[in-house]
Amino acid sequence: MLYLAGPLLFPLAVALYYGESVLPFLVAIAVTLAFGGGCRAVGDSESELGPREAFLSVSAIWLCIAAVGAIPFLVAGVGTIAHPVNAMFESMSGLTTTGGTVLRDFSIHANSVLMWRQVLQWLGGLGILILVTAVLSSLGVGGAQLMETETQTRTVNKLSPKISQTARLIWGLYLGLTVLAIAVYYLLGLVLDPRMDLFNAVAHAFTSVSTAGFSPEPMSVGAFHPAIQWAFIPFMVVGSTSFVLLYYAINGDPRRLLENEEFHFYIGSILLLGGSVAALLALDPSLNFGVEETARHGLFNVASIITTTGYASTDYTLWDPASKHFIFMGMFLGGMVGSTTCSIKSLRWLVALKSLARGLFTSIHPEAVRPVRVSGRPVDEDAIRDIYTYLLLSIILFFALTVFVVVDSARVGDAVGEFDAMGAAASTFLNIGPAFGEAGPYGTYEGFPTTTKAVMVVLMWIGRIEIIPVLVLFTRAFWTS
Amino acid sequence: MQVVIIGAGEVGTVIAESLASEHEVIVIDKDEDIAEKLQYDLDVLTMAADGTSLETQETANVGNADMFLACTDDDRTNLVACGTAKVLGDPFTIARTKSVEYLRTWERDNTAFGADFVVCSDLQTAEDIVNVIGLPAAIDMELFAGGLVQLAEFQISPDSPLTGQTIAQADRFDSLTFAGLFRDHEVLIPVGDTVIEAGDRAVVIGSPRSVQSFAKDVAPATTPESADDIVIVGGSPIGYQIARLLEKRKLEPTLIEQNETQARELAEDLPGTLVMQHDATDTEFLSREHIDEADVAVAALTSDEQNLLVASLAKRLGVERVISVVENSQYVELFEEIGIDVAVNPRTVTAEEIVRFSFASVAENLAVLENDQAEVLELELGAESPLVGCPIADLDAELDGQFVIGAITRDRSRLTPRGDTVLKAGDHIIVFAEPDVAAELASMT
Repeated sequence: MLYLAGPLLFPLAVALYYGESVLPFLVAIAVTLAFGGGCRAVGDSESELGPREAFLSVSAIWLCIAAVGAIPFLVAGVGTIAHPVNAMFESMSGLTTTGGTVLRDFSIHANSVLMWRQVLQWLGGLGILILVTAVLSSLGVGGAQLMETETQTRTVNKLSPKISQTARLIWGLYLGLTVLAIAVYYLLGLVLDPRMDLFNAVAHAFTSVSTAGFSPEPMSVGAFHPAIQWAFIPFMVVGSTSFVLLYYAINGDPRRLLENEEFHFYIGSILLLGGSVAALLALDPSLNFGVEETARHGLFNVASIITTTGYASTDYTLWDPASKHFIFMGMFLGGMVGSTTCSIKSLRWLVALKSLARGLFTSIHPEAVRPVRVSGRPVDEDAIRDIYTYLLLSIILFFALTVFVVVDSARVGDAVGEFDAMGAAASTFLNIGPAFGEAGPYGTYEGFPTTTKAVMVVLMWIGRIEIIPVLVLFTRAFWTS
Repeated sequence: MQVVIIGAGEVGTVIAESLASEHEVIVIDKDEDIAEKLQYDLDVLTMAADGTSLETQETANVGNADMFLACTDDDRTNLVACGTAKVLGDPFTIARTKSVEYLRTWERDNTAFGADFVVCSDLQTAEDIVNVIGLPAAIDMELFAGGLVQLAEFQISPDSPLTGQTIAQADRFDSLTFAGLFRDHEVLIPVGDTVIEAGDRAVVIGSPRSVQSFAKDVAPATTPESADDIVIVGGSPIGYQIARLLEKRKLEPTLIEQNETQARELAEDLPGTLVMQHDATDTEFLSREHIDEADVAVAALTSDEQNLLVASLAKRLGVERVISVVENSQYVELFEEIGIDVAVNPRTVTAEEIVRFSFASVAENLAVLENDQAEVLELELGAESPLVGCPIADLDAELDGQFVIGAITRDRSRLTPRGDTVLKAGDHIIVFAEPDVAAELASMT
């Protein structure tokens, strides 16, 4: 907790530079230090961390940081996010790299507050990388143990024998990618588009590498020159690629990545869905995009949704229903395991589909023994079971949230369409960001009832840390010995 | 030549028998009765002692022997015996192992265990069976460089698509070399415009897979295709190796194994094989899975009784060709009498391999073709060899083109030799040549 004070210094510096109020961040830093110091004083570092403690601490830490993250919004007290639930929504949406906002008018907010949203997302991306590589894989959550068996040889289990070492390597890679993104955006901005200044370059680099999707611009990435929009795509795609495999690729072993079946599935899904949407856009008589525009909007928005970033190059809610349904479908896919991506993720789908195909085969040949293979390596049957559990839980929670959104809106007298409700539910729970209708890419979640937003906050939290660590807290077995 | 053999089991006895007439043979076995009996059966000297002990080996004068063959039934005894022999002197040591693991260790470093050569009975048996399955049309076949390189000789029939083509036209197979042609009892070293005629016997050298696809072209009727059904019953080490080798030739077998854990392990290790977990004597299951329509069935269970049952069942159901592994060499004839097409005894296979090898200890490996009209040798190039640093084309000019380098393996991977390929120290070359040229080449390593 104490370390959170560090990142808070960044918007503080921004505030000083723009001559804005530094109070929001000073308060947050004070709370952080007090709370973190308190924890440290009370905490017993000697006690051993078992799986239960790990589940509890992961869930609790995520929640606490989100709460602290909301403090600057509250203290600044400007606009919609001055309301506690809205502030919490914005902070959780940031920390879980969702990217759904409750801001209505971007112009009234201080640059430092806007930057704090970006910093939160960057932290969220970093947090999830470390969480996934160091904690969840060893607990085997939702088939996350696959990340190890699937990317490495049988003898070497991690990038380095020590978890802390692995985490550091991945941390370095993440930082490097962010710096690269800043440089690329800034340089392109210098040449092509004055709106992409250093502030925007930093802000967008923070949220594209973390596949998070906040933008200080109300028009999102659509505000920038087409070439800059194209430049966003590789960073979103890379942010959703397994960092372990990326690490190998950078260190002269790209075959590990290029021959990885999950990578093929992931890239294939972006190209296929992006191509389909582009084709639909080209056929749509109500839109008159040029060739480049059609390809860009199709590919950018699909890549943004599949990588779970949530930027938009244009308002896709204005498209025809078919394209919108493709976008909706893309929400459930996600990028690769071991990256900053959210949602269900390619590996889980790949294993589930292969396992289903195996099921069909063994119904004809009941005696056949057919291990499910990914990239040639057999997948453990326990991992397959965990993946089925995960898929089913995701779908149940998604439907539950959808129903809740509709019912809760009806309660306050708002009519929300089924598709819009499903979109909003999927987009928050699967941590994507924009949805449809009111909550579209250029819209806001502000209009939903307070209770709905509060529930969404909880589900963003559950969805981000892979469902199971939170849900086990609600089981009796967790608390009894 | 002085030969010391450790182990007077089936393998040791067969070897002693074939070497006894021409060489001075000493057989060492722990069991006194066996040692004594062998002394009268064969014209050899026997000792009843522990073959791994230094004292025994000193008594048998292993230090001055030319050849040391460790062929007991126990892998570790054999490897330790070879290591001990190397302490005493420098006989050419051959170790027999069952486990493929030890063979792989030795392949990594040929000085391991003090063995100059390792014969793995499971692998050897599997290779033999796979050749019987995969290349029924071949007149002669041999594997080199630890199975990386295959040699095969085929009769070219008048209706073969190769008849009338030049070598250059026929050379359309990846990593395959036309090493030689036998025509009217003469050896032809083929060049690009040599025309292949009906009745020729063609010797090709290349990867097992390329030889397999060549066989499909030459003898389409008898060579199995990937669509053909090959069923292996029993996931024993031999059964596993057969499946693995067939996969390497792009043939996709079905493997039936009753044990659940073993079936799962096999399925994980053999991506190209359909593993089924069931009792292979259940006829209802066999007909449901259309095993009766298989082209080849191999019984590779661990007991002869089970193999006999499975093999005769397969034959009765109507499988075209049935091959069985037979552990006890005395049953081989019995199996073939009751209609099993080929019965293979791992010990006989091992003994044959060791005998073949002990005659060819200069070269690493040797195949004699057409009554020694030509030889195929595997040679390892030493650092001082005059061949090192030489492009193949230059070498060809120097030796008047009387040989063909069929394949090269470097660091355990295969290279397809071309005119500009430069030989390096440590390379293994597989050479086809007439015997006198072969001898000259062997002296140049």
